[in-house]
Amino acid sequence: MQDIQQFANEIGLDLDLLACIQCGKCSGGCPVSITTALNIRFLVYESLLDALPELVHMEELWDCTCCFTCVERCPKDVRPAELIITLRNQLVESGKIPGTIGEALMGIFRQGNPLGLAREDRALWAEGLDVKPAREGCDTLLFTCCYSAYDVQSQPATKALVRILHAAGVDLGYLGTEETCCGNEVKRVGEKAMFDEMLVEEGKALLESVGARCIVTTSPHCYNTFKNEYGLEGIEVLHYTQVLARLLEEGQLKLSVPVEKTVTYHDPCFLGKQNKVFDEPRAVLRAIPGLNFVEMDRIRERSLCCEGGGGRMWFEGTNTEDRLAFQRVQEAVDTGAEVLAVACPFCLAMLADAAKVKGLEEQLKVMDISELVVQALGDGG
Amino acid sequence: MSSDKPAALIIGAGIAGIQAALDIADAGYPVYLVEREPSVGGRMAQLDKTFPTLDCSSCILTPKMVDVGQHPNIRLMTYAEVVSVSGEKGAFRALVRKKPRYVDEEKCTGCGACAEACRMHGRIIDTFNQGLGMRASIYVPFPQAVPLIYTVDPEACLYLTRGKCGNTFKCKDACPADAIDFEQKEKLVELDVATVIVATGFDLVDPATKPEFGYGVYPNVLTGLEFERLSSASGPTAGKIVLDGKEPEDVVFIHCVGSRDPHGGIPYCSRICCMYTAKHAHLVRDRLPDARITVFYIDMRAFGKGYEEFYDRVKHEGVLYRRGEPSEVYRRGEKLVVRAEDTLLRRTVEVEADMVVLATAVVPRADEAQLAESLSLERSPEGFFREAHPKIRPVESSRAGFFLAGCCQGPKDIPDTVAQAKAAAASAMVVLAAANRA
Repeated sequence: MQDIQQFANEIGLDLDLLACIQCGKCSGGCPVSITTALNIRFLVYESLLDALPELVHMEELWDCTCCFTCVERCPKDVRPAELIITLRNQLVESGKIPGTIGEALMGIFRQGNPLGLAREDRALWAEGLDVKPAREGCDTLLFTCCYSAYDVQSQPATKALVRILHAAGVDLGYLGTEETCCGNEVKRVGEKAMFDEMLVEEGKALLESVGARCIVTTSPHCYNTFKNEYGLEGIEVLHYTQVLARLLEEGQLKLSVPVEKTVTYHDPCFLGKQNKVFDEPRAVLRAIPGLNFVEMDRIRERSLCCEGGGGRMWFEGTNTEDRLAFQRVQEAVDTGAEVLAVACPFCLAMLADAAKVKGLEEQLKVMDISELVVQALGDGG
Repeated sequence: MSSDKPAALIIGAGIAGIQAALDIADAGYPVYLVEREPSVGGRMAQLDKTFPTLDCSSCILTPKMVDVGQHPNIRLMTYAEVVSVSGEKGAFRALVRKKPRYVDEEKCTGCGACAEACRMHGRIIDTFNQGLGMRASIYVPFPQAVPLIYTVDPEACLYLTRGKCGNTFKCKDACPADAIDFEQKEKLVELDVATVIVATGFDLVDPATKPEFGYGVYPNVLTGLEFERLSSASGPTAGKIVLDGKEPEDVVFIHCVGSRDPHGGIPYCSRICCMYTAKHAHLVRDRLPDARITVFYIDMRAFGKGYEEFYDRVKHEGVLYRRGEPSEVYRRGEKLVVRAEDTLLRRTVEVEADMVVLATAVVPRADEAQLAESLSLERSPEGFFREAHPKIRPVESSRAGFFLAGCCQGPKDIPDTVAQAKAAAASAMVVLAAANRA
């Protein structure tokens, strides 16, 4: 136990194994505790007793999505998910990680993105959009998630966001090919050294060098790590839904074209549960004229994880038959919604894929909030 | 009330204040019993049965309520609040604010014609029934109220909130005793007392602080106190356990809601919840013989006389105890689903429910800090009034001549509350006897 506790503290985690009362609130709320072998409560107990099996045989350690539901709900502040990150760190240090995760890390190391695509292609999505290079000075720095920049499924949302921010008169800048992965998932798959020494150290300097008043991220994951882990000084970090909600409230963004659709919304864990941003995405959707907003049953603090976080974009998981995203798209369909709105490129990928696999594509379109907002802009956008 | 002897002031007329008042009054000293609600009775008046003996709460409380109402040595001051207490042990002066009832206490016969006639009849949330029923703007909190005098709710009365109630006062017109008096004003009363007992009771954790359980989202997620009103013969359903007209088939109880939780609730164990939940489970079994009843617990704490035996009994009645604190409640079709790891099975389960009851923890009164300030009393870190010494001066407060009784000092059940009340009364009588000799 002492070893694990000490190791956790050494890598800057607040894990507190000794506080645990084995109540099961963590495992009871863990989204993958029914579908996989992962039992976070039992892992804490085994760690306390120094009775863990050999880590390399515990493939379920990679099932954790780092949604942090366990951390949010643990009455004793054990911070159970940080045990997983601790154990993953130990595996990373001995090089025993799933191959696909290793490839993603290598991609970040070489090209600055987990997809391993060429760095010089990072800004291709922005062609024709006239996004100002951040180096020319800007009030608001746009930071695109690697998926927002490279993934063809996410790019329409990224483009839409730029059109919206331009229409609202935001002085927007972009780092282009200088931009590098934020490392939120890198930290969570246990690559502490790479996160600290490469991504934060270089990233922090880069972000601060722009001199922008605020950073707007496309992804809740970048938002989370910039806001809570980078220690950025003098820069406000905002998720784009917060910026849009603010622009709408202040009247700088005007939506006039009706979007006659019934829409529901899926809370991303890194935006909702972990950072308590529940209201702004909903405010943005409700501000779209003609849009009929409906809620699913499991929302806000009780939202169901899409299974895309914590490195799961790069690791299938031990149960590919019974994905949470399958449940989630069905829940969305059950509300009568035609559109499942998301605010995260990972959620978009997971849920759009699930709709496809489940044959619900005709009934349910998974769209980023910015893709809906841009429709309401009309010709102005 | 004899005026030649030194008097005691008791703040709060729940079971603690009532018991202390009766003991001191029986010993021959005058007592001012001040209660801010329109009736004495406190939390115990809201309960259905009491554990582990299953005595009807009202049946054992009501005679004592009647006694304090009639005792020659007790002056009952209901719908009144203590503003401040100056002076020192043996010679305190208390300032009491008597709120206007807008009903003449001498004239009101408690007939209820006013409430029947009130324009807001059946439209005001009945707080005594935890919002499960409705009442009028003029009301008695419950039929056995002492004193049985109606009170106009100043926040609900049309006349008092808007300055007009139609063309004529329905209540005034209906009252055969001409007791309604909207000219009544607040009164300040000064009392000379030798000693003070503080018995102001407790509140319960706001279940909205645990959004994972869906309280406020699902009408069939209740707090324990709401369940008491539902199950009480004098409650809004006359003791039938029904929600929305239907008897639940699956009932799930969740322990430790807010307690043992320094993360988002309170750090301490609230002591009474294991047992009140066992009692609730019994009551469900009693009324609904075919219901499936599950209690989720972390650790079972049946510490008192007859408590473990009661727990044994409830289990034998077919109540299923499963170890594990639920993490989430959601809806699936017509049913609620309680998601928990059964830690003994080492498996996460989804248990269906038609009714979920949350064992919310005992917390200090919302205005305990304010009262501590106005009475110059110290509080413990968790917010309850601090006793002078946790072991050997458990009923003395931080202020000489002030004593503590009941849950205002910390969570406790009825037997412990009554015992502490009697101890506080004995301690207060030491002060009274000394003042009497002087």
